[in-house]
Amino acid sequence: MMAKLIGKRITRNEDPRLLTGQALFVDDVELPGMLHAAFLRSEYAHAILKGVDVSAALERPGVVAAFTAEDMGDDWSPGPPLVIPPPTIEDVEFYTRTQVPLVKDKVRHAGEPLAIVIAENRYIAEDALDDIVVDLEPLDVVTNIERALDPDSPLVHDDLESNLAAHLVQEKGDYAAIREGADKVIKRRIVIERGIAGAIENRGIVASWDNKQQQLTVWDTTQSPIPIRNGLASMFGLSEYQVRVIAPFVGGAFGPKIMMFYPEEVLLTWSTLKMGKPIKWIEDRRENFYATTQERGQVHNVELALTSDGRILGLRDDFLHDTGAYDPYGLTIPLNTQCHALGPYDIPNFSSDLKVVFTNKTLTTPVRGAGRPQGVYVIERMLDIAARELGIDRTEIRKRNYLPKDVFPYDNIIIDQAFESFVIDSGDYLPAMEKALKLIDYEKFTKEEQPKLREGGRRLGIGVVSFIETTGVGPYEGARVTIESSGKVNTATGVGTQGQGHFTSFAQIVAERLGVDVRDVHIVTGDTAQFHWGTGTFASRGAVVAANAVNAAALIVRGKVLKLAGDLLETPEEELELEDGVVRVVDDPTRFISLGDLAQRSNPLRGAVEPGTEPGLEATAYFGPKYGATAFGTHAMIVEVDPETMMVEIKRYIVVEDCGTVLNPLIVEGQLHGGVALGIGNSFYEKLVFDDNGQLLNASFADYLIPTAAEIPTIEIAHQVTPSPLNPLGSKGVGEAGAIPVPALFAQAVENALDVDGLEILESPLSPLRLFELFHGEEKDA
Amino acid sequence: MIKAMDITVTVNGEVFQKTIEPRLLLSDFIRHELNLSGTHVGCEHGVCGACTILFDGMPTRSCLMFAVQADGHEIRTVEDLGTMEDLHPLQEAFQETHALQCGFCTSGFLMSILPILEESTDLSEEDLKRAMEGNLCRCTGYQNIRDAVQLAAEKMSSGGES
Repeated sequence: MMAKLIGKRITRNEDPRLLTGQALFVDDVELPGMLHAAFLRSEYAHAILKGVDVSAALERPGVVAAFTAEDMGDDWSPGPPLVIPPPTIEDVEFYTRTQVPLVKDKVRHAGEPLAIVIAENRYIAEDALDDIVVDLEPLDVVTNIERALDPDSPLVHDDLESNLAAHLVQEKGDYAAIREGADKVIKRRIVIERGIAGAIENRGIVASWDNKQQQLTVWDTTQSPIPIRNGLASMFGLSEYQVRVIAPFVGGAFGPKIMMFYPEEVLLTWSTLKMGKPIKWIEDRRENFYATTQERGQVHNVELALTSDGRILGLRDDFLHDTGAYDPYGLTIPLNTQCHALGPYDIPNFSSDLKVVFTNKTLTTPVRGAGRPQGVYVIERMLDIAARELGIDRTEIRKRNYLPKDVFPYDNIIIDQAFESFVIDSGDYLPAMEKALKLIDYEKFTKEEQPKLREGGRRLGIGVVSFIETTGVGPYEGARVTIESSGKVNTATGVGTQGQGHFTSFAQIVAERLGVDVRDVHIVTGDTAQFHWGTGTFASRGAVVAANAVNAAALIVRGKVLKLAGDLLETPEEELELEDGVVRVVDDPTRFISLGDLAQRSNPLRGAVEPGTEPGLEATAYFGPKYGATAFGTHAMIVEVDPETMMVEIKRYIVVEDCGTVLNPLIVEGQLHGGVALGIGNSFYEKLVFDDNGQLLNASFADYLIPTAAEIPTIEIAHQVTPSPLNPLGSKGVGEAGAIPVPALFAQAVENALDVDGLEILESPLSPLRLFELFHGEEKDA
Repeated sequence: MIKAMDITVTVNGEVFQKTIEPRLLLSDFIRHELNLSGTHVGCEHGVCGACTILFDGMPTRSCLMFAVQADGHEIRTVEDLGTMEDLHPLQEAFQETHALQCGFCTSGFLMSILPILEESTDLSEEDLKRAMEGNLCRCTGYQNIRDAVQLAAEKMSSGGES
């Protein structure tokens, strides 16, 4: 069957609602009698909590309640871990310490909540925070991840012997042995700092207990409504059917909105159950900088062993990963880092000693890229250095080391984020690189243009970097497709949506299978009352896991349609086609029946539904891949550095992306644009600066610089299609791809532009100031 | 301390008389008193631009003003553009070029760009960047928004303006 809709550039179904201000976001939920919450947060990063007195707050007119950890009684408990540590790796050490709803004894990062105030409006609730008297005894603070394991470092968790949260060694082959005979061994230390996700919508929750219906409804800006529902039911002794979690339109997420349970999710629910009134909490931007999770934050000590002709013999990557004050998200981020340090390359020997450390900082959980940009940075930077030291062209050394296209599926032996062996399902790396080189005209730029420009005193540089992206991990997602008697199709999924275009790409699949208009397919996401099996939107998995579930359900419904229509039209199924909302006889288009009529006939008010059949044209199906589908690509860029200001201008940016079958190029390209923009932020503009007391020095959008339209260039995109053999659609994820290679690419291009002997960029992000220091030989004034 | 003030403000052509606290932010007034929730709030310190509205025709951060300052003034919000069935050419252009993803910052972009296009549809590349750099978007990388503004300029100059 020729695809008519899948793969087409179709504008989005959801846009008219969003464009006219008619889409429901959490802060748009208004309920009668709704109260408003505000949280008192610790100013200190590390302190003993000796007391919290809310009595003055309670006297303020308009304040309805104020609660501390003590008030929660037996309901107070540290959150359950979100991701359990991998059981499949030998000798793994993992110390689970999860976040608490309100601080009871000790503050472990600035911004941890100490009390909740509930008032008639948000203004009064925030006023009342100032009425609360807090007795905190500050402690020494640990923020530096390299000092966190020093014997004299302050302990984030006093019951542990050190700040070690996890220790894990992953091995492939025998690195130590191969190192002995290597022609070249390169050693470097690489530092990658923290940033934020920076969704423009902050987090928000409305929780409402209806005593007459015995029903809890929670609107939450979560990426994972179903696990939130199940967790809240379990926490508060309710049936799962008594809890409805709705993730309505969510204003960007990029990872942190999958974290659970945030203290606010627990507190809002606990409070509404206690008070019987609906309560709203909307995070403000400053809170978002302290209380919403962050990422990156690693220090790597790396060795690359090579032959003299640039073939990789082995890689050793020992690194520290900063989990912040707690570690509910397990090892997802650093496992991704390990896997992506292997990249698209044939690296027969690998050794990685990972230590995860606690610090007195906000928690880290995945942010778009989720450990992958760090891994890519490590291997790509090392290859750049190797190329220079061995006198090989940067692009050539990569070509020599790519896994050839006939080795897939390729087992990388080590364990990935799904706790499965890191198997790459498919790949074809060389053509993607060649395409990028051609598009950016690498030969001409490096041989003709760049030398001329340099003679004229201009500092232009080029970068070319390859990457892989593991996407679409399990466990599973599901979907229910229903043809309604109007002939329109309703499709409910369990994932949440935060701008990925699910209302359109999923609709394209259903419309293709059932022969209806894309605009006549209504997609439901993020409402547990509509679909309650699934995990959520993360790890670039919507277009793989959820889309294949939608496809499977639509195909079953198609089968039901053909069977019923075949009986009614007295025509064999294979002589029927589904087009324009009807089923018709291919050779005699005057004989047809509409899907709406079929839906009615399948659900009669009288008569009997035959034994062994089900009423309605409806089906539910699931898709659960054992291994993820691995996307890949090459990015290339040309930059110019102003030697006076050290500002970097991006002159050209090329993306060659292979995410398997493209469901909708408009949406895929949009994902890539946004990913690259975040990557540019990560490379040059965005760095969270903590002082030695664990205070964040740039907790606002005025101080923490998210790129604007002036900083982001036009991004030229080319597609390559290597379908995944692991799912019927052949799709791979693309949500994070754009962001992943950018810091490595940016460093390479800027280093090339500066063209100073011995100048190596081994850190991310950069900034004009930092480039100035590097350029002028680290002369820092105190 | 004054607890309440009476204001009269024209929003999207409709006159509202309200009694409000003097400290109420204009953004909260629009969203929660008038229930025009298409105006979004992203930072409450005037940087992200999501809450941009037209105040006497000028793009203005509604989170940086008090509602009482709007007394006697005229406001336009995103709800004053097209409807779902009949989009304004600028909204159409946003859909056609995929200039929005999560859609949270979108109202702010629309209201920042609208008066510029209403004044002139002949925009240079530099004009375009300047029209947009006061608003943050984390989803799109801005490229498709640039395309949308260009497309909207074409639509509006050829008389499609409503």
